[in-house]
Amino acid sequence: MVTYIVRRLMLAVLTVWAISVLSFMIIHLPPGDYVTSYIASMSASGSAVSEGEAAALREQLGLDKPITVQYAKWMGLILQGNFGMAMEWGRPVSDVIGDRLTLTMVISVAAIIFTWGIALPIGIYSAVYPYSFLDYAFTLIGFIGLAIPGFLLALVVMYVGFAYFGANVGGLFSPDFIEAPWSMEKVWDLTKHLPIPAIVLGVAGTAQLIRIMRSNLLDELRKPYVMTARARGLSEYRVIMRYPVRVALNPFVSTIGYLLPYVVSGSIIVSLVLSLPTVGPLLLKALIAQDMFLAGTIILLLGVMTVIGTLISDLLLMWVDPRIRFGRE
Amino acid sequence: MAELTVAAPMAGVVAEDRIAVATQWQLIWWRFRRHKLAVGGTIVLVAFYLVALFADFFAYVDPTESEAQRSLIAPQAIHWIDDGSFKPFVYGLKGARDPLTFKRVYVPDTSRKIPVTFFGHGEPWQVLGFIPTDRHLIAVEGAKPSEALFLLGTDTHGRDLWSRLMYATRTSMTIGLVSVALSLVLGVVLGGISGYFGGAIDSVIQRIIEILRSIPTIPLWMGLAAALPADWSVVQVYFAITIIISLIGWTELARVVRGRFISLKQEDFVMAAELVGCSKTRIIFRHMVPSFISHIIAATTLAIPAIIISETSLSFLGLGLRPPAISWGVLLQDAQNIQALVISPWLLLPSFAVIIAVLAFNFMGDGIRDAADPYL
Amino acid sequence: MMRNDTKPLLSVRNLRTSFFQDEGTTKAVDGASFDVAPGKTLGIVGESGCGKSVTAQSILRIVDRPGRIVEGEIVLTRADGSQVDLVKLEANGQEMRSIRGGEIGLVFQEPMTSFSPVHTIGAQLVEAILLHNAVSKKEARRRGIEALRSVGVPKPERRIDEYSFELSGGLRQRAMIAVALSCDPRLLIADEPTTALDVTTQAQILDLLRKLQRERGMAIMLITHNLGVVAEMADDVVVMYLGRVVEQGNVDDIFHDPKHPYTKALLQSIPSIESVPRLKLATISGSIPHPFNRPTGCPFHPRCVSAIAGRCDKEIPVLQAVGDGRTVSCFLYQ
Repeated sequence: MVTYIVRRLMLAVLTVWAISVLSFMIIHLPPGDYVTSYIASMSASGSAVSEGEAAALREQLGLDKPITVQYAKWMGLILQGNFGMAMEWGRPVSDVIGDRLTLTMVISVAAIIFTWGIALPIGIYSAVYPYSFLDYAFTLIGFIGLAIPGFLLALVVMYVGFAYFGANVGGLFSPDFIEAPWSMEKVWDLTKHLPIPAIVLGVAGTAQLIRIMRSNLLDELRKPYVMTARARGLSEYRVIMRYPVRVALNPFVSTIGYLLPYVVSGSIIVSLVLSLPTVGPLLLKALIAQDMFLAGTIILLLGVMTVIGTLISDLLLMWVDPRIRFGRE
Repeated sequence: MAELTVAAPMAGVVAEDRIAVATQWQLIWWRFRRHKLAVGGTIVLVAFYLVALFADFFAYVDPTESEAQRSLIAPQAIHWIDDGSFKPFVYGLKGARDPLTFKRVYVPDTSRKIPVTFFGHGEPWQVLGFIPTDRHLIAVEGAKPSEALFLLGTDTHGRDLWSRLMYATRTSMTIGLVSVALSLVLGVVLGGISGYFGGAIDSVIQRIIEILRSIPTIPLWMGLAAALPADWSVVQVYFAITIIISLIGWTELARVVRGRFISLKQEDFVMAAELVGCSKTRIIFRHMVPSFISHIIAATTLAIPAIIISETSLSFLGLGLRPPAISWGVLLQDAQNIQALVISPWLLLPSFAVIIAVLAFNFMGDGIRDAADPYL
Repeated sequence: MMRNDTKPLLSVRNLRTSFFQDEGTTKAVDGASFDVAPGKTLGIVGESGCGKSVTAQSILRIVDRPGRIVEGEIVLTRADGSQVDLVKLEANGQEMRSIRGGEIGLVFQEPMTSFSPVHTIGAQLVEAILLHNAVSKKEARRRGIEALRSVGVPKPERRIDEYSFELSGGLRQRAMIAVALSCDPRLLIADEPTTALDVTTQAQILDLLRKLQRERGMAIMLITHNLGVVAEMADDVVVMYLGRVVEQGNVDDIFHDPKHPYTKALLQSIPSIESVPRLKLATISGSIPHPFNRPTGCPFHPRCVSAIAGRCDKEIPVLQAVGDGRTVSCFLYQ
């Protein structure tokens, strides 16, 4: 068991390193760099940037050194907690990102909780009463949820809210709370606004999980230990909930791990549509402006958070399934 | 089968014999056929690909032809009954001023009826790129289609949405195929090597797969897509996007293939083949692959909808295909503005195409998977 | 039917259980009638697919959907002398559930998968005890350890907290028996309890069952396709074919004077130490018909060497008494 934990930790570290390299590479793929797009936007607004100014800017930002050196410098800074300057904003990256990363995670977790809360009972019901009317109905709804891309659902929700209720259902806070410092009231305000983004984000994952739970449980229900549990005189409810559901939950738990990157991904697009103050809109702007520190840091942090999430879920799985604990699987 | 010493053979016996000689593919086909939703999905997909292939036939105007005066016209339905008989027509349009906004709008002119013909004459085009014709699915008599037909309305630039939808279908449906083909190759090769040879290679490839799976894909794609030079042509961007998407997508297929190889390696028939002296290649291609090809087909089919959604999402954000390319995502870009959407809700219509296509792929893929699974 | 000196513990009459599927209806049990005497062992023999397991499941009312008891009665004589027809009870109702596991225990044939892989043996054992006895958790655990000890599990106080995959096949089966016996049932249904075990462990388990039967005066319904096990353990035997009881009697009569052609063929096909060397092993010609393909008339007639043309393929024989406590379902005796 200890070897398993150690192995998982090492894998997590390796993944984080890989992500950092990847994010760095991505930022440097486009020809030109921040200064090039800075010059472009300057000339678009009418002012020109001279060669000398450009060169000085480059040196100031360290953009004239070879890539590996830049990467090393960047990693060094990060490990010290200094995420650098957001070039376009002129403020430290950590300032600009600020709450947004936490909020991204908050919505993602809320979406996952919603997903689980809905998918589990429906999945169990569908497996215990397969081919019943409700089973077909759930399957159909699930499929539709699967087929509608997150941003589309967000659009429809916004549209309905706007057209029929005249309300802007986007955003995570009521106008008064947006700039306010954190307080219990702000947290409560956030919670009131969470359902719509959480549902929109969670719908696609829900459909997926219902299907997985249903098929896992169907497999387990056929196994002998269910019959022996029944033969012992347990009520049908306990027979199902205590045994096959517990066993079917195991692969389910391991899927949380990969639900997290999926949901975080989806939140990017959905927050663009719903105008949520999360990392999504920020990332898009940063990429278009080729703001290296900002974009790279966002991708890195997102990746790290998801790796931590998958690590936690794997550890959870280990706790929940004694077979893994004893090195059986 | 047993030789029953019964005088009269029973009907059930004959049916059994027929099943006993069916090939694996026949069995799969029969089981697939029973799955109504899957069959339905397949029919829908065939229809979609027909549209993709013959987009020029299904459209009635040039999708890029813009006319500012015709912007944001609401959908004009075809009326089927004229004076009690079946004579489809549309109303002509006349300009008017909206009393509230004082903007120029088009309203149906009930005094002008323009007959609609099916398989009629319209703009010339070429079937499969070389057979000239001018037939279109929908055409009008006595007027130019660009001024008369607005089945799904027009967008902000006055371009007909129906025709654009037809061409968008072509792009979106084929991007999925190209991308999944790449993912398939990568997935089968890497997954196969990983599963069959095991050991260190397996560990390395497994680590790579796990790393790739842990990374949120959208930020990654956004990053890669934003990195594409702005001056690349539409086609170059198209292929770059497909490659980007498949670079991450192969992991799922690789996992399936690897899992299959691992479980197959332990099967007795593989050992038997080895003992008889078959070469490794022969074992892999002649013995192992046929037993999981159906799973691969199922997994591939199920991977396509995710790709379609990815491309649509990326293009919607402005990071994927860009105008003048036409895809569902590009069409939906117009729908980004909520206020505009409220005034012109028909801009959301392309989303139905996405939803139906994804549903169809999912049903078909599920059907194939259920039909191919021997344990069901 | 059986010797009438004592009231039978369990009395099955005309049991019919069918499975209703899209492809067709399978008559898994098509008219089974037999008695189980208290404190004695009844062996139910037959090839795979003859409906033995479904009979056991029907008695316990745990037949899986889409299966259903269509007809018949299963009369249980309870400890206080009262009788109840199990078919008439609600399958998941209070009364049936208290009987299940409380008065009738089940030992299954797959020790590997009969325990939940994610719960300890103890958890499942204690749960069964608590279900049928109003005792505290501590007391239940103590009883559980005792139960494990009585089935011969060494160091039961440690084993009770282990998972099923930590035990060997034989130990697992013993634990299964412990769970089934933990509530002191008056009837133990053992469905192929030794099939998945090697021969030595098999012998140990059978010894154990006999010992427990002596100590508790419990009846055993032993379901198996292994005639050797039946010869060793059973007092009375029921032979089943395609869901019907074809012959019934006490073990000596059945083995030394089989009446039904199927029983005779079964006994003939057992390789014996006394048989002539190099002689081909006797088999029963043909194979079991597909469930959707049931022969008309007597279900065995296509494979029967003594089939009477014109009768056996048209009419279905019924169980009739042919002597002291013996019944046969065959036209040869009617």
